Amino acid sequence: MLNTDNIRSRQERSALPKWLVQSDFVVDRDESRCIQCEVCARQCANEVHELDADIMEMFSESELCVGCHRCVSLCPTNAVSVREVELDFRPNSNWTAPMIRNVYKQAEHGGVLLTGMGNPEELPVYWDRMLLNASQVTNPSIDPLREPMELLTHLGEKPQALEFDENGALKTQIAPQLELHVPVMFSAMSYGSISYHASIALAQAAHEVGTYANTGEGGLHEDIAEYADNMIVQVASGRFGVDADYLNAAAAVEIKIGQGAKPGIGGHLPGEKVDAEISATRMIPQGTDALSPAPHHDIYSIEDLRQLIFAIKEATRYRKPVGVKIAAVHHVAAIASGAVRAGADFVAIDGYRGGTGAAPTMIRDNVGIPIEFATAAVDARLREEGIRHEASLIVAGSFRCAADVVKAIALGADACYIGTAALVAMGCHLCQKCYTGKCNWGIATQDPALTRRLNPNIATRRLVNVLESWSHEIQEIMGGMGINAIESLRGNRDHIRGVNMSDRELAILGISAAGE
Amino acid sequence: MTTATNRVLPFKDMGGCSISGIMDQSGRPFSGDVVIRSIANMHERSNGLGGGFAAYGIFPDRADQYCMQLMFDTPQAQVETEALLEQRCIVHHAEPIPTRPHPNISGEPILHRYFVNIEPDANRPYMDEDDLVVELHMQINIEVMDAFVFSAGKDMGCFKGVGYPEDIGEYFRLDQYEGYTWIAHGRFPTNTTGWWGGAHPFSVLDWAIVHNGEISSYGINKRYLRDFGYECTLQTDTEVIAYMFDVLMRKHALPLELACRAMAPPFWDEIERMPEEEQVQAKAVRAVYGGALLNGPFAVVVGSTGRMIGFSDRTKLRPQVCALGGERLYISSEEAAIRTVCPDPDVVWHPDGGEPVVGQLHAGVPH
Repeated sequence: MLNTDNIRSRQERSALPKWLVQSDFVVDRDESRCIQCEVCARQCANEVHELDADIMEMFSESELCVGCHRCVSLCPTNAVSVREVELDFRPNSNWTAPMIRNVYKQAEHGGVLLTGMGNPEELPVYWDRMLLNASQVTNPSIDPLREPMELLTHLGEKPQALEFDENGALKTQIAPQLELHVPVMFSAMSYGSISYHASIALAQAAHEVGTYANTGEGGLHEDIAEYADNMIVQVASGRFGVDADYLNAAAAVEIKIGQGAKPGIGGHLPGEKVDAEISATRMIPQGTDALSPAPHHDIYSIEDLRQLIFAIKEATRYRKPVGVKIAAVHHVAAIASGAVRAGADFVAIDGYRGGTGAAPTMIRDNVGIPIEFATAAVDARLREEGIRHEASLIVAGSFRCAADVVKAIALGADACYIGTAALVAMGCHLCQKCYTGKCNWGIATQDPALTRRLNPNIATRRLVNVLESWSHEIQEIMGGMGINAIESLRGNRDHIRGVNMSDRELAILGISAAGE
Repeated sequence: MTTATNRVLPFKDMGGCSISGIMDQSGRPFSGDVVIRSIANMHERSNGLGGGFAAYGIFPDRADQYCMQLMFDTPQAQVETEALLEQRCIVHHAEPIPTRPHPNISGEPILHRYFVNIEPDANRPYMDEDDLVVELHMQINIEVMDAFVFSAGKDMGCFKGVGYPEDIGEYFRLDQYEGYTWIAHGRFPTNTTGWWGGAHPFSVLDWAIVHNGEISSYGINKRYLRDFGYECTLQTDTEVIAYMFDVLMRKHALPLELACRAMAPPFWDEIERMPEEEQVQAKAVRAVYGGALLNGPFAVVVGSTGRMIGFSDRTKLRPQVCALGGERLYISSEEAAIRTVCPDPDVVWHPDGGEPVVGQLHAGVPH
């Protein structure tokens, strides 16, 4: 029950009644287990827990809890638990609790709703409506523990045909290629949005496994330059950290046009996060907001993109693949085709589930299309136009497991980018508060007290473990299909069947229904 | 609208099979009776749902003309096809494909052949006669209801149908033809509607393929071929091998070994151990021709003018044995099928997975 006196005193503190915004979580504490060790209090950057030293009792302010489970995970006596607040509004299928809460929040502060990570809404996940094939009798399945099972993937422009001279020597010059031992790369995550330790772990893991990590628009920290052969550097609309050395340091360059979590808008790093190291890496003054413009101010059309692609190719002496990253939006196939014709050696497409460090909630949850459809549409379009070989197709936007990767490759992708899965491997609990800079797991923060919680070597090991386990799983699935080289899986949509989909959805994905 | 493609085979032609190929490398023609005896020896490997043959050097008097051997399910299909042929080709000669009634063969379609040439198309000077023939071949298969092209190559022909291969051979009176290469196939499909066009060999121009196995990369191979204008109308994985040879060797002018290497490439760890120059070449072939890689278990015998090629998947999941006896090269699923027609071969060997075995006319390959 609410105490009216209490309400009055809150009203004095705020122009609007603060109590309209309810907490999302309830923190429960089993007093019989709690030993008042204050681990929870020290671990929580949101200051949920506090010891009342007079009575030696722990108190928790549930309103401040973001549900990151740091205290739950670290409590030595398992005394703390966190649960979601049960729905206490009158049931309403239209005005759901989150909708009501959002209006309350905006009524209080009058701003744009912010969030982090990918779109969590209850929209169809088409990966879960696709099922894979396996051999029975007529075609022996292959055991990857006993027989070769090849995942090696080359990304970059390929000629349509090779030419040999009369002595059989190769005449065709092959454009530069990226070589991946696993068809999975780490998606663009900037130093700034994530910590130094997280950045270096991604670079080390990519190096160890034989794949690539992407700098995002955070520049290339001098310590990470050591792993530059396994890095893709990004040129985004803010051009942070971009100079000739940066372009030439890495294995490939990616021009970022858009991002799945926030198509149509640029990145935003608050000045509070721009410390001395980040300032040096991004080449901006310390403490200034790093605001990337929505468009590149030198790209207002496709021919401008072509100029930037070739400016970068000139700057790198045509020694590196130069690609373009776009968000999966309605006309993604036509846009991807344009990017290929503009000279992109790879096109990265980020679906509407793609993650971010910070995005307006309305954009994250309502703009873009599923990566499943974008993958199928782009691959089909490039083939129709006879230009599929001119660029590799990288897809991103929430690959949660090895089966998602297999399905994407069978739809036509050359490789996948993972961002969220990599963060989860390092300990992320998907609380979606990256934009606050208070990441208790030490990943999406620059607070030294928090960043030192992430041991880069342990994080590297965990990332390597995930990539290795996924590659074992991909090999097992391929072996079951009777396929022993990934190029025979790529674009092989015959190995996918759809369930619970309309004919039109099946047609766009280019797959048959289960039972056909 | 129903098109010719709607009545085709199930999604993929799966199962076991027998294959046999015999080539006289001196070019001396011999009767089809020999290969019939060889394939009949492997009766147990087929189940009566398909048998077929391709023969080379059988039309020496019309060697410059494309012999289009067709089947029609209805007289109307024949009328429509002939109208199309009249419009697009010079038809030098047409005749029914000779057959004899056979107690084990029934439900036979109308079988007819046409010896044709196609004049260059002034509006499309980049299309040579071969291209125009391939286009016509595809056009008939896709557009003309109930008509289907068995083969359309020079000085060769495919003969096939529903039945055991030895019965099909007798039905088509193959003992009365003489050719320097014969390839044969007995089908054991696990899933079939028993359609005459679905039997092996599959052919485009003078390429003809008999195949034992299943191509698990079919889904991407057919999409890769579509980039070059080949429509896989039969929905059988064997068809892609025929088109793949045509695209790699005729259109891309790859030498035979490299074409085979594109389809059944060495493993990456083998490539790593190769000498520098070969390594560069092998890497390039794999990186560029990924869509041409044939995955899954297969052994094939491929016929073409002046050449017979045997090869299998890179882990050799289907049997293939070769022998030389005098001038003749034998490639078969079983050694017994060779010894039944060549009791005392000079040499018998089992080629490695992915390693092509090539027979060639001593006089050289035309083209």
